[in-house]
Amino acid sequence: MNVVDNLAARALELAKAELGPAAEIEVLAERERAALTRFANSYIHQNVADESARVTLRVHHDGRTAAANTSRVDDGGLRALATRVAAAARLLPADRLWPGLAPPASATGHGPVDQATAEATPAERAERVKAFVTAADGLAAAGYCGTTHVESAFANSAGHHLAGAYTEAAFDGVARATAGSTPADGVSRFASSRIGDIDGAALGTRAAGKARSSVDAAYLPPGEYEVVLEPEAVADLLAVLGMYCFNGKMFVEHQTYAKPGEAQFDPVLSIVDDPSAAGRPFDSEGTPKRPLDLVRDGVTTAVTHSRRTAAEAGAESTGHASLGSDVWGPIGTHLTIDAASDGAQSPAADVAAMVEGVQRGLLVTDIWYTRVLDPRPLIMTGLTRNGVWLIENGEVAGPVRNLRFTQGYPQALGPGRVLGIGRCAVTQPTHGFGYQSYRAPALRLASWRFTGGAEG
Amino acid sequence: MTHFDAATAAVEAALAAGARYADARAMERRDESMTARNGTVTALLENEDAGIGVRALVGSSWGYYAMPDLTPRAARAAGERAAEIAAASGSVPGPAVDLVPVEAQVGSWSSRCDEDPLAVPLSEKGDLLTSVTETAHRAGADVANAVYQVWAATTWLVSSAGHRIEQRVSKSGAGMSATAIGPDETQRRSYPSVRGQYGTRGWELVRELDLPANAERIAEESRALLTAPLCPAGETTLILGGDQMMMQIHESVGHAIELDRILGWEAAMAGTSWLDLRKLGSLRYGSELMNIVIDPTIEGALGSFGYDDEGTPAQRRDAVRDGIWVGVLAGRDSAAVAGLDYGGSVRADGWARIPMVRMTNVGLEPGPHSTEEIIGSTDDGVYMETNRSWSIDDKRLNFQFGCEIGWEVKNGKRGRMIRNPTYTGIGPTFWQSMDMLSRDVVAYGTPNCGKGQPGQVGHTGHPAAPARFQNVRVGVRA
Repeated sequence: MNVVDNLAARALELAKAELGPAAEIEVLAERERAALTRFANSYIHQNVADESARVTLRVHHDGRTAAANTSRVDDGGLRALATRVAAAARLLPADRLWPGLAPPASATGHGPVDQATAEATPAERAERVKAFVTAADGLAAAGYCGTTHVESAFANSAGHHLAGAYTEAAFDGVARATAGSTPADGVSRFASSRIGDIDGAALGTRAAGKARSSVDAAYLPPGEYEVVLEPEAVADLLAVLGMYCFNGKMFVEHQTYAKPGEAQFDPVLSIVDDPSAAGRPFDSEGTPKRPLDLVRDGVTTAVTHSRRTAAEAGAESTGHASLGSDVWGPIGTHLTIDAASDGAQSPAADVAAMVEGVQRGLLVTDIWYTRVLDPRPLIMTGLTRNGVWLIENGEVAGPVRNLRFTQGYPQALGPGRVLGIGRCAVTQPTHGFGYQSYRAPALRLASWRFTGGAEG
Repeated sequence: MTHFDAATAAVEAALAAGARYADARAMERRDESMTARNGTVTALLENEDAGIGVRALVGSSWGYYAMPDLTPRAARAAGERAAEIAAASGSVPGPAVDLVPVEAQVGSWSSRCDEDPLAVPLSEKGDLLTSVTETAHRAGADVANAVYQVWAATTWLVSSAGHRIEQRVSKSGAGMSATAIGPDETQRRSYPSVRGQYGTRGWELVRELDLPANAERIAEESRALLTAPLCPAGETTLILGGDQMMMQIHESVGHAIELDRILGWEAAMAGTSWLDLRKLGSLRYGSELMNIVIDPTIEGALGSFGYDDEGTPAQRRDAVRDGIWVGVLAGRDSAAVAGLDYGGSVRADGWARIPMVRMTNVGLEPGPHSTEEIIGSTDDGVYMETNRSWSIDDKRLNFQFGCEIGWEVKNGKRGRMIRNPTYTGIGPTFWQSMDMLSRDVVAYGTPNCGKGQPGQVGHTGHPAAPARFQNVRVGVRA
């Protein structure tokens, strides 16, 4: 057993001693080493790293449920945790919806662990930043390079035990060309389990190229436009669908758009939550994670569940419990759109091919600050960012200024609305907030409703 | 027991490893939150953690390292690592870094807390949440939610410039919402504001909110909204309730005046700002009624403290005076870059995160009008309350907000309820159109301000009051 396994086992043993044999107990122990090198105005201005250890204990005793966690992982800290949770459980109102503990089951695999990423130094992150800045070739550069190594262990009083580990490396960078009063930004992002996959120079070259092609953007009146969305923008669609559309808690509350069994999306569209590429291989309740079809050939096939929401829905947990899922709901955090995967090497080729088919529309690199107006129809508002171009007669005609949109995401992906799916999907990091990544190809959509200019 | 020894050891180790400046925050925290839905507690989570975070300046480059261990040995290791990271930062160097001077502070500060929120029995807290959600559910809400959150933290800050500060801060708050589900949409009402009301206070704040007295009303309003007419589309006179003004201030003023954004330090993620430092002191931000103050000294407001996380004592400062932009939220290094002589707004989300420029309490001074006068003097307009959605561009210029509820205002009277009210605008144009402002200021607290990479959650306060704006585009929809 390693350190984290031992932590989980010890916490379970102490909680059993505190609560007695009748209590249902589960423990999640995690150790994380995370580092993030951040740059702006072409120099490193923030450079951080931290170590953390945390044990979370949840108990159901005498019809009541309580949970707590601590960073004090010595015996004294773990004993205090058990005492605290036991006291809380005695005082709370009854939990009528307790779903019971996860039964023993094996995980289908471990998350990817790359030793070089786990041991990455500040100098190695700085090297990639330097390569990005150099490739930006005089443009102002900003972004981050981050690495994470997480080890986890789960144990419960039903005899279930799992352990896993994973690494993540991520790069997110923009280059800014300035002409007149309106800066022109280009972006490139990439995430992998291996820091060796991160090519700062290639990312910087792409961001700088896009920034330069955005200079002197023109005003375009708002309205309905056909769009080609690059992977950065598509990642937002996936994040929003995971958060609101396929959220099992919102589903049992009748607040989601998803209706399993119905053809709600374009038949070319299949969406999968695939945790095999990243993250912990089991959820906070000890349910192993597996690839889950959410949409198959346009038909909604599932929503994401924890044990609690699954019990309410009369379904099985899909392995999406988290520490916050009783509040926010179980959320798919690794959604991907099935791409053709026919050996295409870059999303740039996908985008070029899609643009050729558009008579008049917009090429959108990124969308930003998207917020839900109503979760049920899933109407969102947000803005374009980091590059938007007018397409005319199959060619990029020139950059345009950022626009605000107000758009139902499922409607944009509905039957007959998806005109193309890129062959190459790229894993996108999520702004340094961790634990999520979305593998997105480019998409060509029949229409997108832009409701205003971003600058008035 | 204090942890000054650990913080001192960390600073000394960073200096020995080559830092020319270092500070360290040792910290112990506890927090607790509970949620209930339709009469049942759905989650209780208690967190306890302790650790130390060290910031080191080597040459003109920063490094930060944090560990969940308050022993002097671990603290020394954290100090050494912070200096090592700072040295690596120097391989992609920037301009010379200076820190605006602050007199070495030795002191302590505690927030006022009349009733320790962690000592209130969980049974009492659980009963409160289950009873209000049960009431709202019975009164017509399909989904009635309630939540409370409380935090208690003690920080020991030591710096190589001589700071030695102990701070104890307790925070409490609660809120509830009622959601009615229709065939094609949902309608929500919240009390006392979206996500609730929070402050640097004890459980007495939650008692004063009187959730039980409002549970039935919000349920009835959420159901009535399902069949209310849609918000009209077009340009009109807009009156915003105080709880929406809180969000308007936060997004279109608070973030815009963050100096790190203005300097480009957040360009890749949170974004920059439309504000240009060359116009500080002369730029017209809003009408003459607009007086925005940065004030971490307001007793009980959520963004209050005695010292910021660099050790600068809390100080009240104008951000907008008579509509002119005159101040920013700054830290000691960003202020030096900008040629300013003040910091005071640098805060961190716990010991594991680096301190950065954050809002404290940023809000409006009272206006000359009563809320009744504002409505009474409006012939034709829309009144909106309680935020439902918020979105703003990366320069903090173009915003679109949705509110939970609206009413027509005709001939000086509040008329029909309207659903799905939204409005959109451009910051300075909008603020310059403010022609009436209420004197009924409330210091709203918002506990969920996201910023930074790795992400940090900030707690900010916003004194706000109802106000009226002219020629605003409302009724934006898909």
